[in-house]
Amino acid sequence: MDQNKTFTLDGKTIPYTEGQTIIQAAIAAGEYIPHLCFNPEFKPHGSCKLCTVKANGRQTASCTQQPTPEMVVESDTQELNDERRALLQMLFVEGNHFCPSCEKSGDCQLQATAYELKMMSPHYNQFYPDRPVDSSHPEYLLDFNRCILCSLCVRASRDVDGKNVFALSGRGIKSHLIVNAKSGQLADTDFCDADKAAHVCPVGVILKKRVGFATPIGARSFDEQPISATPHPQGACPVCPRSDAATLPPHPKSRGA
Amino acid sequence: MISPEKTHAEYLDTILAHHQHNANNLLQILIAAQDVHGYIHSDAIDHLSEQMALPRSKIEGVAGFYSFLHLQAAGDYRVLFSDNITDRMAGNIDLMKSLCSQLWVEPGKLSEDGLVCVGTTSCTGMCDQGPGMLVNNIAINHITAERINAIAELIRERVPLSAWPASFFAIEDNIRRRDILLNSQIQPGAALKALLARGDNATLQEIKTSKLRGRGGAGFSTGMKWEFCRDAAGDAHYVVCNADEGEPGTFKDRVLLNGYADTVFEGMTLCARIIGAKQGFLYLRGEYRYLLPHLQAVLQKRRGQNLLGTSILGHEGFDFDIAIHLGAGAYICGEESALIESLEGKRGTPRNRPPFPVTHGYLNCPTVVNNVETFASTCLIAINGGAWYAGIGTETSSGSKILSVSGDCERPGLYEYPFGVTIAQVLAECGAQNTQAVQISGPSGVCISANEFNRRIAFDDLATAGAFMIFNQTRDMFEVARNFVHFFAHESCGFCTPCRVGTSLLSNMMDKLADGNGSPYDFAEIEKLNVLLQSTSHCGLGHSACNPVLNTIEKFRPAYDKRLAHKDFIPAFDLDRALSQARQMTGRDDTGAHLESSHGSK
Repeated sequence: MDQNKTFTLDGKTIPYTEGQTIIQAAIAAGEYIPHLCFNPEFKPHGSCKLCTVKANGRQTASCTQQPTPEMVVESDTQELNDERRALLQMLFVEGNHFCPSCEKSGDCQLQATAYELKMMSPHYNQFYPDRPVDSSHPEYLLDFNRCILCSLCVRASRDVDGKNVFALSGRGIKSHLIVNAKSGQLADTDFCDADKAAHVCPVGVILKKRVGFATPIGARSFDEQPISATPHPQGACPVCPRSDAATLPPHPKSRGA
Repeated sequence: MISPEKTHAEYLDTILAHHQHNANNLLQILIAAQDVHGYIHSDAIDHLSEQMALPRSKIEGVAGFYSFLHLQAAGDYRVLFSDNITDRMAGNIDLMKSLCSQLWVEPGKLSEDGLVCVGTTSCTGMCDQGPGMLVNNIAINHITAERINAIAELIRERVPLSAWPASFFAIEDNIRRRDILLNSQIQPGAALKALLARGDNATLQEIKTSKLRGRGGAGFSTGMKWEFCRDAAGDAHYVVCNADEGEPGTFKDRVLLNGYADTVFEGMTLCARIIGAKQGFLYLRGEYRYLLPHLQAVLQKRRGQNLLGTSILGHEGFDFDIAIHLGAGAYICGEESALIESLEGKRGTPRNRPPFPVTHGYLNCPTVVNNVETFASTCLIAINGGAWYAGIGTETSSGSKILSVSGDCERPGLYEYPFGVTIAQVLAECGAQNTQAVQISGPSGVCISANEFNRRIAFDDLATAGAFMIFNQTRDMFEVARNFVHFFAHESCGFCTPCRVGTSLLSNMMDKLADGNGSPYDFAEIEKLNVLLQSTSHCGLGHSACNPVLNTIEKFRPAYDKRLAHKDFIPAFDLDRALSQARQMTGRDDTGAHLESSHGSK
């Protein structure tokens, strides 16, 4: 493998290996490109478009675009950040996001990215969709009001847990998350706390019950420092929720309905 | 209809066996399953999930994507009025209201007795004989007030669709001008014999020499596409004919499939021979389902003639067959990578590209996806040679193009011209008068005004997939654009943020202007939205969603100006109107119950 391949990101030289996408190489080099549906542990998806950059002058999602030698990539520019802010505003008005009453506040990537990009208002008219909460499961709550359709839980459950607890249904603005049960209720799936899918939601949809405010507001991930300034360990993105296998309880057998 | 309980296994097992329990056929299985009860029963999904070893969430996710599939009872009669702008101009909304009032139903809501649901759907491809509708996915055209009365009666009397007057289901070809393709009378097998006589490589060379470009709109060189695919490594190669003719205002593929199916299938077989494919698919939009028996019969006839199957025309190793897959009401599946996803039985979400289908298509194998008209044209080239074909049309655009002409003209229908024909000539020949504008290539194309009618149909001037919608001086071009914007919002697949949310925002902005709450601020917002959708959307739908508005703002500004009652920003939300519900509930209507009087001014 050629170790000498590089591209530039906002003027900085970034090394990359064959097969890496722009954002993967950038994260490995300790650089931040705003993102929501991307998580380094999963195959890039390319749906939120927050990570859009200009690669050799052409706009493209940096999570799915592979760099070419000497490619000139622009990311932290006024133009791109304005567009990202507009995309965030779209995500905010599409769902029902009330940060002050959300227990994910301070740990939420959508909120932290909005702070990072200095989003001051939703700008667009709110859609106020009707999305009932699913509190059927003994351990977990699903608050669909905050879903940004990143499909990380879909991918985690399908590709890691081998369960297919989550899927997207509907089309267009009516796209929505569903669970794998005839009743449509999480309690009737084999979802459990040991699932990867329980720990990947970048916003506040999949929430563990009875631990909501264990870490007080003010002492949470993004209360300490902005999303862009969190130190990056080798190759991984600290911003994205990760499950640490060692700290998780052993995987129980599938629950009956 | 039949009571659904406990009978699902019976009919589903037959359907599953027919489709080999193959997950790639999930969409086809769901379409067939829905036919039995008019919707896909929750218990039916249990059985499918078990038999196909697929999670329920996947099956529901797929079913939920397609407009024509229902997971809840949707009525024994599902009536959908085509809602293209040409249907609007022909009065479809009044006709729908009339049907709704006769049946005592609200649009989009199932009647209380579960008998009928009446709603709208995107263009059904019958613009030359509209207004059109689908009843249980079967097309009925030339809707009139009398026909609506008759339909209301038939539904009330619960007459099965098969016993409705046959005249209701008549569909016309309306071929008004023929050129090389529509004049051709190719004997089945003639193009294949020409290919076998000339050789595969030499025939590919002829197609390259012909400079044939894809007729679906993008205009990629057909010869190059076939060559790339042939040269791509893969376990198998596939040929796919894109008959998901969803662009509003386009209907030429419907006529080709009706009258020239042999030529289309033969073109696919030429491609199969050249790229080395054993399997082909024709992806037929759900709206054209009535064509299915005819197309199956043509395929069967060709098998009998040894033009499909094994050792075609006696050439050992030349094995190829074609399966027809139905769509189920999703415009986005006309995008080639979304079409392939749909062929694989999935939600029709466009893929990340590259890689392109020529190297990673159906089942990740090299795949040629071409339009119906493209495949048909390759037969002409195989028989007559590339140089002959290249000599027709213009330098950059060889051959002929079939236009689907509709809207304000005396003779709507199909017009085939050599490339290079002017808009003015088409307008004159179809009998259009006092024309204000023509929408070329549908909502995702371009709207041109009278001072541009000397422009030509060609890839380097007005490129088109075929739609040619005419608007006379009495038409409101704002309403044309608003119709198109609603179409895009309805058809966005929802995968990427900008298109999913942006198309809905745009619809809301246009509705705000229609309500008389527009201001210059809204124009600026539309411009900003356009830039965002152009630069960040996942596929062409998002890229072109703002085109109708920007085109008409530029060329028909007065249609917008008359809706700008305000110089300053006006919110879409009207506080006094919002209070009307409270007034109704409290029975108050005094001055204190109105916002304007209580606050002095608005």
